Amino acid sequence: MSKLVIKNGRVIDPSQQLDRVCDLAIENGIVREIGPDLQVLGSDEFDASGLIVAPGFIDMHVHLREPGFEHAETIETGSRTAAAGGFTSICCMPNTQPVNDNATVTNYIRDQARRFASVNVFPIGAITKGSGGEELSAIASMKKAGIVAISDDGRPVMNARVARRAMEFAQALDLSLIEHCEDLHLSAGGDMHEGIESTRLGLRGIPRSSEDVMVARDILLAEVTGCRYHVAHISSKNSVEMVGFAKRRGLKVTAEATPHHFALTDSEMRPYDSNYKMKPPIRERCDANAVSEGLVSGAIDAIATDHAPHPGAEKMQEFERCPFGIIGLETAVGLALEHLYHPGKLDLSRFVQLFTNNPARIVSIDRGTLRAGAPADITIFGLDHEWTYDVNRSPSKSRNTPFHGHKFRGGPIATIVGGQVVWKMDA
Amino acid sequence: MAAGLLDIESLRREEIETILARSKEFQPEPGHTFKRFDTLRGRTIVNLFFEASTRTRTSFEIAAKRLGADILSITGSSSSVSKGESLVDTLNTLGAMRPDAIVMRHSASGAPHFLSRHLPIPIVNAGDGTHEHPTQALLDALTIIDRRGSLEELRVAIIGDIAHSRVARSNIFLLSKFGGRVVLCGPASLLPREMGRIAPGIELTCDMEEAIRDVDVIMMLRVQFERQEEAPIGANEYFRFFGLRPEHIALARPDVIVMHPGPINRGREISSEVADSQRSAILNQVENGIAVRMAVLERVLA
Repeated sequence: MSKLVIKNGRVIDPSQQLDRVCDLAIENGIVREIGPDLQVLGSDEFDASGLIVAPGFIDMHVHLREPGFEHAETIETGSRTAAAGGFTSICCMPNTQPVNDNATVTNYIRDQARRFASVNVFPIGAITKGSGGEELSAIASMKKAGIVAISDDGRPVMNARVARRAMEFAQALDLSLIEHCEDLHLSAGGDMHEGIESTRLGLRGIPRSSEDVMVARDILLAEVTGCRYHVAHISSKNSVEMVGFAKRRGLKVTAEATPHHFALTDSEMRPYDSNYKMKPPIRERCDANAVSEGLVSGAIDAIATDHAPHPGAEKMQEFERCPFGIIGLETAVGLALEHLYHPGKLDLSRFVQLFTNNPARIVSIDRGTLRAGAPADITIFGLDHEWTYDVNRSPSKSRNTPFHGHKFRGGPIATIVGGQVVWKMDA
Repeated sequence: MAAGLLDIESLRREEIETILARSKEFQPEPGHTFKRFDTLRGRTIVNLFFEASTRTRTSFEIAAKRLGADILSITGSSSSVSKGESLVDTLNTLGAMRPDAIVMRHSASGAPHFLSRHLPIPIVNAGDGTHEHPTQALLDALTIIDRRGSLEELRVAIIGDIAHSRVARSNIFLLSKFGGRVVLCGPASLLPREMGRIAPGIELTCDMEEAIRDVDVIMMLRVQFERQEEAPIGANEYFRFFGLRPEHIALARPDVIVMHPGPINRGREISSEVADSQRSAILNQVENGIAVRMAVLERVLA
């Protein structure tokens, strides 16, 4: 019987409107009690004085690359990276090789996770076979096998009729459909946000409209089908506005934003450095501001990293040949503190919500809360300690980040999954 | 990172003036050929062209030889890139042979910038994708100075496929550093609105007559049919609205200079009458290319 008491932390749990300095007792991997001066016989203690104790953070958008691309990341390395970033649960996108479009692959991922993962891994199933956008995948069987949402992430469902049918299935199965919003005809050949910077650098642009037309289409289809529809990595100011509109209309529409989409803009990108190349691209100041404001106002529900590992050789090429995506698990909390909390845009309760009960609700998992009886997934983080990100010490197999050497104020201190401390910051 | 010449945008006006002043000294006397120097004797330059080129490659070769350097040219199809080697590996391999500089043309924008961060050897950009072609803008500037005496306060029309033109970008950056007004003109699909904001003093128009009115210089660009992924414009339609013909010349200033970076497509973007007229400086541009590249190589290697 393992017991742990986290002492004197500021416990913030938006799922029960809790924010006070007290103790938290864990027994057998379950939250037992929150209260002052908890004494549990024979328990270990963790001194969380001056720190925040929150429900375990959930990253609902991660690429673990297994099966198929184990040279870039594995369930083992990716989940260790998640733990180092303060995440206790991650949802992995289905664009593996083979694609997670049937229960066999789902089961494989869950088995690997059981054997090798440091944090909880929740698979997301493909919307269409091979994420080809044409024929629906085995959504119901995958749900039985344990998927928590469906998405063809990396690709959009271009065919509106297929998207509509998929939403009908998602609605019937009570799954969120997560769309990678990109009209491929409008974005074709693009390598970065279309604007002054792309024009100046002679790089082909990915216009805002390629995201916006897809968000608009999907919101209309979500209204027709009543489906729980979720916009992945929202990046354009117009799209943020449309998601707000859909919410006011009473639709079950949600959205997530990545830290890089509120932390970076195209004019800050180091020219032709593929560590700044991702989809959707980092856009302009007005877009980054709209994303921040959306996270504050509630138009955007969650922060997710879109952790997308690519090994060095793939990113060491001409910009236009490099694949899209950056890793982000370890820098997410620090960037969110830097750009949202420290400037006073939001309070800690909202901050924690963006990482916990909000994503939990979107992917329907019983996490993101510290209610007595819940799994003891806990993220302990600090607000003021200074640290520098050294990607060469990352557990990830990949190094593609624009934040190497970045100085942070505040970030994860310890990650507890099922009552076990799976990561602790070096003293 | 070694000092090379990657683009015009990051050069200061004084640096451009220094290069142009030195280029002037390399220009041959009328009726003579380029003088020989031995400033770069014993130095080795690799000319690495991943994209087809006649004039730029030859021009760099002659420039290097006139300065006494050893230069060897490698073209894309004969390099190991065709065996699947990455650009970084190719350049590292060449780098291990210790050349003093690499002159490089590549179809990817920013390829020389990317490489310069990983190689200790100076790189001279001889054209990168749709980004910049710095020595072209320098030789264009020298040609304008030859005819007009100065680069100050010029009104220049650049006409054609602006979107895909590295020549346009380099010239825009250069001319705007000297207070020039640049009118960009082309079919709407090849004239991104953002081009109007990449430097001060730029105007955009799709009307060729408006573009040419009262300009000192007309720069025609080749239509890069090989770079157009979509909605191409028919050749006849193009020549009718964006081809430079004798009747246009009357709209410009009487001493207007007509320029073209080549290769020219007669009857597509420029008529033969104009290309071969007294107003045309096209062959002067080619000649000046050597003088400018001598100055650039000397600057990079000295």
